[in-house]
This record gives sequence, structure tokens and C-alpha cells, in this order.
Amino acid sequence: MNDIWQGLAQAARLIVARDADLIEIATLSLQVSLGATLVASLIGLPLGAWLAINRFRVRRVVIATMNALMGLPPVVVGLFVYVLFSRSGPFGVLGLLFTPTAMVIAQVIIITPIVASISHQAIRDLWADYHDLLISLNASRTQRIKALLWDGRRALMTASLAGFGRAIGEVGAIMIVGGNIDHATRVLTTAIALETGKGEFGMALALGFVLIALAVLVNLTVHFLSRTERGSRW
Amino acid sequence: MVSTILPLTVENIALRRRGRRILGPISWQLGGTGITVLMGPNGSGKTSFLRAMHGLERISDGRLHWSAPIDQTRARQSFVFQTPILMRRSVVDCIAYPLLLDGVSRRIARDRAAEAATQVGLAAMLDQPAQLLSGGEKQKLALARALVRGPELLFLDEPCANLDGRSTSDIEKILLAARDAGTRIVMSTHNLGQARRLADDVLFLYVGQLVEFGPASRVLQTPATPEMTAFIKGDLLP
Ligand SMILES: Nc1ncnc2c1ncn2[C@@H]1O[C@H](COP(=O)(O)OP(=O)(O)OP(=O)(O)O)[C@@H](O)[C@H]1O
Ligand SMILES: [Mg+2]
Repeated sequence: MNDIWQGLAQAARLIVARDADLIEIATLSLQVSLGATLVASLIGLPLGAWLAINRFRVRRVVIATMNALMGLPPVVVGLFVYVLFSRSGPFGVLGLLFTPTAMVIAQVIIITPIVASISHQAIRDLWADYHDLLISLNASRTQRIKALLWDGRRALMTASLAGFGRAIGEVGAIMIVGGNIDHATRVLTTAIALETGKGEFGMALALGFVLIALAVLVNLTVHFLSRTERGSRW
Repeated sequence: MVSTILPLTVENIALRRRGRRILGPISWQLGGTGITVLMGPNGSGKTSFLRAMHGLERISDGRLHWSAPIDQTRARQSFVFQTPILMRRSVVDCIAYPLLLDGVSRRIARDRAAEAATQVGLAAMLDQPAQLLSGGEKQKLALARALVRGPELLFLDEPCANLDGRSTSDIEKILLAARDAGTRIVMSTHNLGQARRLADDVLFLYVGQLVEFGPASRVLQTPATPEMTAFIKGDLLP
């Protein structure tokens, strides 16, 4: 219990002092996770919506696969990306291993299925609801998709935020592909793992609190931004 | 308004679902002006028939013949569902949506939607989320949305089920006004009083078959078939 109070106090000290290392680590954490969320959303949201309103033969298989991929162990994803980008791997020439880019790639693989699954479910429900109306109103295919994406935007945002939540707290994959290199690829989660390993529980806890605060802050910001918009009281 | 999509000729259409014929074969012609009221017991096929004519149901046999090319017919008819389908938008945006689909600018669409909302008594709720309306208000919204494009043909599936007398009479007034403005209306109802007040023609369905069709005054006073006679007397049909 004492450790926890000390951790809180230390977190406060670091924040008040604007500790340069902390700022660097936290910023990289945000950059990597937000970057991964952005890319995963660009792939996952349209994919989810597309799967929700199109019928084709292997649709069920694709959806089942996507749902299964949600449970991918990050360590395995990390290993996979490591092998692909290691010097002898197929993408070795790009020299991306142990860079933030590699970390983003690994996280995109981890969270895209989550974003796609949640958005698929939301858009599918909305489509079931709107189907007869949109057909009756003679909406074109593009107009239908637009209506679903727009009216489902809150659910889609939730899908993205779920992806972000998984990304910012993820440690297994980015540890492997990033290497936790000081001033290069160290982020909050990998730093926590390091401090814990060293027995520096106070510091580890302090970073943990910063991590939680950041995650909450991002969620609150997004919700606040979307609430200021008119007609949003569904 | 001179109709361009009517008459609609219904040629021997039948709907089969799960190996069972749920409607037809029915042949009928929908033309002229006025209000046709569809009546019949639960499960007799009223909803299926309305949806089939509107193009929402796959027709198993027979065909529909419109007086205009099929791609032009959709935009000139509208449908009011028994349970209103409302988009997750404000009242005014819900009503404006069909106009936006037609490429009307957002500002003009909202102006016209506000006008349409006023006509159905929703003027005070323009910016409310549509989902928060009461059942009767939702029905009125659906009606305003169906009328906002000035359709030539309007289908309504029990538009006044679950409404109180006041709301029912509001909606009937709107329907009569639309009819007088030239909109051809086909609606189903269980309410005999409503049929008497609104119908120019009555079409009676029984177990998926068109059993009787004729001018309201005749059909409702002196039905020609035992099924319709029994239905009007409120008897339980065998
Ligand atoms: N998709 C379907 N699959 C199987 N049966 C169906 C389907 N749609 C409708 N039916 C059946 O067709 C019959 C006619 O249904 P319909 O909804 O048209 O009746 P209705 O006259 O509108 O009844 P109500 O007065 O209760 O609204 C019913 O027996 C119904 O169970
Ligand atoms: Mg019905």
C-alpha cells in the first residue's frame, strides 16, 4: 500500500517538475498509439462497415477470422513483425526494426481486428434498422453507406477508442520490435516493465499512473469534442 | 398533379416464403385518384401486399407493371411503415433527409422540412432527437417525411395503430389534404371507422387472396362475400 502512495507522489513530482525523460516517453507513447489507432481506423472502420452491408460467399469466414484475430497474443504479433523486419527478413532492407514505425506496424496488426469487429457490429445493427427505410427512399449505394457511417459515428468512435485503449496499454509486441531503447523507442509501458524489473516500484507505479491519466485524458477529449456537436444526445 | 407512374398493374403476383404461399395470386389495377383502404384479418397479407407493390418484397410469381420506367418509379412513391423507422437525427433532419438524397441543398431542405413538420404539428420539436418522440409524434414525423418529396403515390401500413383519437384525426386530416392535392393513397387499417371516413375504395384480403374490391360506399354497406360480411360484423372468421 505504501508503494502505491509513493508512486502517486512520485508521479506528481515528475509531472510538476516536467521531467524531460517522462515527457519524451509519454509523448512517444501517445504518438505510437495514436498513429496505430489512426491507421487501424482507416482500415478497420470501412472494412467493418463494408462487411456489415455486403453479402458475399465467404463473409462469415471473414467475420469469424476477424473475431478470432481480436484475441491475437501481442507477443506473437511482435515476434511475427520482428521476423518480417529483421535484417534477414523479407522487409529487412527497410531498416525499420527498433524504430517507432515498427511499433506502429505491430500495434496496427493487433488493434485493426478490434476496430473492424466493433464497427462491423454497430453498422450491422444500424443497417438492420435502416434497411427498409433507405431502400424505400431510393437511396443509392453510396448514399446508404454515408448515412450509416454518419449516423453510426458515435459507435465508430467507440470502436477507435477501444483500439486506442488496447494500443496504449500494450507492451509485449512493442517491447520486441521496439527494443525499449532509451531516447529512441522507450514508451510508458516498456519503461514500466524495465523499472519493475529493476525493483524500482515507485518509479514504475509513477509511470503507470501517468499512463492511466493519458488514456483517460484522450478518451475525455474525444468525448468532449463529440459532445459539443449539436443533436448528439442519443 | 398528373400522375406519371400510375396506373400500376399487378399481374398475378404471388409471394412464397419458406415453402408457403403467403400472398396471391393477386391481379389488380391501381390507378385513378383517391384513397384505397386495405382491410383483412391479421396475417391476411396486407403488409406483404403493400411492401410487394412498393418493391420491398421479392415477388415469386407474376409481375408489377408501372406506367413509367422502373428506375423512375421509386423516387415518386413513399411508404409509411407500421412501426416508424427513424434515423438517429433531429426531427428536422429526419424529414429533410429524402430531399438531401435528391441533391437539394441542406439549407433549403431544412427549410422545407421545417414547413412539413409544422403541417403535422411538430413545429415545436424540430431540433429534438427523433428517437425521443412519443409514438404518435413518430408516426407524424414518418408521415411528414413521406410527404416531403410530394409523392404521386403514398403507401401507409396501419398508420394509426396505437394512436389516440386526437392523433388519429390529425393524421386523417393530413391524408385527406394530401389526397386532395393529388396524391394517390393506399393504406391498410383495422379500424372500420377509419375506413368509412377515408376510403374511396376498399380492398379486402383474406388468407392472402383478394376477396373483394369496390367503392367504399358499396363494399362497406353491402359486402358481396361472406368473409367481408363477417369481418364487418366483427364475427370471428373460421
Ligand atoms: N418473411 C416471411 N417468412 C415467412 N412468413 C411470412 C414472412 N412474411 C410474412 N409472412 C407470413 O405471411 C402472412 C401475411 O403477413 P402480413 O404481415 O402481410 O399480414 P398482415 O395482413 O399485415 O397482418 P397484420 O394485420 O397482423 O399486420 C402471415 O401469416 C405471416 O406470418
Ligand atoms: Mg401488417
